[in-house]
Amino acid sequence: MTASIVAENVSKTFTLRYHRTFKQMTVAMVKGHDVSDDFKALDDVSFTIEQGESIGLMGLNGSGKSTMLKLINGIMRPDGGTVLTRGRIAGLIATGAGFHPQLTGRENVYLNAAILGMSEAETRRKFDEIVDFADIGRHLDAPVGNYSSGMFARLGFSVAIHVDSDIFLADEVLAVGDRPFKRKCMEKMEEIRTSGRTLLYVSHAAGSVRKMCDRVIVLEKGRVGFDGDVDEGIRYLKYDDDNTENEPDEDDTEDMDDDLGADI
Amino acid sequence: MSETVSAVHVAPGELTPPSANQGLLEVFRRRYLLKLLVRREISARYQGSFLGLMWSYINPLSQFFLYWFVMGYILNLHKNVENFAVHIFAGLIVVHFFTETFAAGTRSIVRNKALVKKMAMPREMFPVASMLVSLYHVGPQLVILVIACLFYGWMPDPGGVLAVLLALGIIMLLGTALALLFAAANVFFRDFGSAVGILTHFVRFGVPMIYPYSLVDERFGGHTTAYLSNPIADAVLLMQRAFWIGTTQHPAEMARTNLPPNLFQLGALAVVACFVLLLIGQMVFTRLQNRIPERLQ
Repeated sequence: MTASIVAENVSKTFTLRYHRTFKQMTVAMVKGHDVSDDFKALDDVSFTIEQGESIGLMGLNGSGKSTMLKLINGIMRPDGGTVLTRGRIAGLIATGAGFHPQLTGRENVYLNAAILGMSEAETRRKFDEIVDFADIGRHLDAPVGNYSSGMFARLGFSVAIHVDSDIFLADEVLAVGDRPFKRKCMEKMEEIRTSGRTLLYVSHAAGSVRKMCDRVIVLEKGRVGFDGDVDEGIRYLKYDDDNTENEPDEDDTEDMDDDLGADI
Repeated sequence: MSETVSAVHVAPGELTPPSANQGLLEVFRRRYLLKLLVRREISARYQGSFLGLMWSYINPLSQFFLYWFVMGYILNLHKNVENFAVHIFAGLIVVHFFTETFAAGTRSIVRNKALVKKMAMPREMFPVASMLVSLYHVGPQLVILVIACLFYGWMPDPGGVLAVLLALGIIMLLGTALALLFAAANVFFRDFGSAVGILTHFVRFGVPMIYPYSLVDERFGGHTTAYLSNPIADAVLLMQRAFWIGTTQHPAEMARTNLPPNLFQLGALAVVACFVLLLIGQMVFTRLQNRIPERLQ
């Protein structure tokens, strides 16, 4: 097996700013207050993900999940340690896509696909498929700033999932979609999983993580709290209790949806 | 949990940092994306305005008439400077090219924060796209200038073509360098965006556009080194060499009194200096850009 994502002693610090303007800063300095304050979003995080693994990245709000995804995606760089990846990366960070609000859905599909590394011909070939999947109808030629949050997320997910990526990042993608769309997303992600691409799935829904992933990494205040078996990870996070009587069934999609609903 | 992992997917290549970034080189490697951004920027620069793209021409034209009236008519430069309108307009094209690049480039990253925060891409794309959009508007203005000059009996010459290319090259390099620096800085303190407006004023008055170079030479008593070390002034003088000189009655005499003797050396030097500035801009940008996504609210 070959490594797909390697994180070594990764840390990322954010600055919490108390004072922004010259006046505020002078006053703070005179009074002897801190001018700024640091906050470690990730602290010495290390893990290796093999090609083809599907990982559930879990943790409470503010535990560093989205920051980790941003480092893997390449939007941010770590302050310390290294993040290495192999192959093309696609996916969604924090529900929304990187869309330009003033551009139409159609223009955004082309732009977004280009940013993800698709050529013009490749985009044209997949365009219908992308639009069909997103199912946004005639809104395609309206500026995405006017879209509902559901349509926005659907189009973004649709572009990302149609890129021939080697690593797929899914950050709470199912939080805003409706039931039929959630079902389609789960099917697509299942496809990614079985095709041997690496899947990194962030979710608070224990049921869907159980269904999709074969390993769980739990982040706790920016550190790796748990790395290993799915059920143990969910138990570690104490996310198992509310789902025990509602264990998702492979064939019963209604149950699955109820369970997915938990991540809103 | 289904145990259906069957297909073996082989990812190509080596393990690399996902944010691997060769800066401007990467921008020119991904020309298709750059093309899309330029096209987007052209349609979005005057988003929501009725006259739209026409503003790109109304703005320089209004400046042109203002200078032509105040400097030419009220301050009487019409009499002292032959074909004063051509003199203004030739300079205005490069000055406007620079100020547009500088202003739009400085705002470019903040304006595109929706993309910058969510997508991994070389962020140098945005300032470069701003420069190319401004360059796109230079074309029609040059056409207008050429037509006007032909009426004055001007004929194109190889030296003039070289001068135009040098002038545009200087502004492209300098505009991109400053756009990179200010676009990154503007993310941290929006003050930089405000400072651009003031700097633009200095640019307009610091070049031989609304007054002839001969006056500068006269007032400084020949000590024009500082004045000529401004690359934009060199670019404007190159434009005067290419267009205005050729429209006058006695071109050789005009060139002697109204251009520095070593104009082409100055132009070549300015290109080199602006290229160095671009490298510095790239270095600063690379250092600052680690913090850009988190500072964009």
